[in-house]
Amino acid sequence: MLKSFADYIAFSIIGLVPGSRSGEALDFFVYDTLKIFLLLTTIIYVVAIIRTSFPPEKTKRMLSRKREYVGNVLAALLGIVTPFCSCSAVPLFIGFVESGVPLGVTFSFLISSPMVNEVALIMLWGLFGWKIALIYIGTGLVVAIVAGIIIGKLKMEKYVQDYVWEMQVGNAEIVQMTFREKLTYAREYTLELLKKIWPYVVVGVGLGAFIHGYVPQDFLALWAGPDNPFAVPIAVALGVPLYSNAAGVIPIVHALMEKGMAIGTVLAFMMAVTALSLPEAIILKNVLKNRLLAVFFGIVAAAIICVGYLFNAIL
Amino acid sequence: MKIEILGTGCAKCKTLYENTKKAVEESGKDAEIIKVEEIPKIMAYGVMSTPALVIDGQVKFSGKVASIGEIMGMLP
Repeated sequence: MLKSFADYIAFSIIGLVPGSRSGEALDFFVYDTLKIFLLLTTIIYVVAIIRTSFPPEKTKRMLSRKREYVGNVLAALLGIVTPFCSCSAVPLFIGFVESGVPLGVTFSFLISSPMVNEVALIMLWGLFGWKIALIYIGTGLVVAIVAGIIIGKLKMEKYVQDYVWEMQVGNAEIVQMTFREKLTYAREYTLELLKKIWPYVVVGVGLGAFIHGYVPQDFLALWAGPDNPFAVPIAVALGVPLYSNAAGVIPIVHALMEKGMAIGTVLAFMMAVTALSLPEAIILKNVLKNRLLAVFFGIVAAAIICVGYLFNAIL
Repeated sequence: MKIEILGTGCAKCKTLYENTKKAVEESGKDAEIIKVEEIPKIMAYGVMSTPALVIDGQVKFSGKVASIGEIMGMLP
């Protein structure tokens, strides 16, 4: 239905010729934009309702009684449903470690929460299909669990800023929202998020459509194909400064994959965009000493690069 | 009445502060509104997502911006 609507706009209203470059590019743009906004609106709304049942204070209580391994797995899973914004990373981190959540478990949460986020998943599902979206969730969780376990094993508690351990943390009684309040919250959250990301989606899909229509097939096969061993680390390095633009980056990457970029490289790039961000590093510097910050970034980057090579090899 | 807005200075914290100010003005109640930006003070309330609204020492909500109407409903 969406496809025929896009055809109608591109070929009947605007009058471009089916099969022509400009016609195909516009058809692609209209179809992808409509599909993504429909998916974004419904799924962000549903996820927002689910999240009202998992405030970070509750997540903290669930994790504070857990040990390693089980704790890491649970933390990575809770990272999906607990709302997280890098602006609250400091109170969240302090709240976790102060209530006895092990450092490695805290990191599993901090890695999974931004990486396995609903916007990235919707964009992947809408453009690449559910299989790639599932692979992204699965490998994202594994990266968060493994990196958290390694950080835990390295016993780096002394590289947390000293004041963190001396902080007195209160125990707020979190007021439960009524169902009606949850719906209002979800509606406002969805509108706010859409307002923030729509320009990125439109520009991203637009650039993707341009690449789709104009860039020759297999253009990237040489540079970003499975045979170039440097493609994965370079993709990860390029992903770091693109933080928070998953909505705009995914459509471009989707078009690049059509032109020969390998799937493992695509996954690694996406994970670097969402999981490794400079603003988050600057915020975390308030609670972590340089050494732990570097270890955190290094381990996550290494894990993502492994994911890239693995999927380039098997898919 | 003492109202505290907890938050480390993000955009949402400012919106919540403005909404609270308007809610107090509209209700005509007498309240002192304070921005709390120091991490130790925020942590002392046990709040882990900002912004949060505290009225007379009680945390009303955290991790969201409430509308003027909602805040008016919370004023004692």
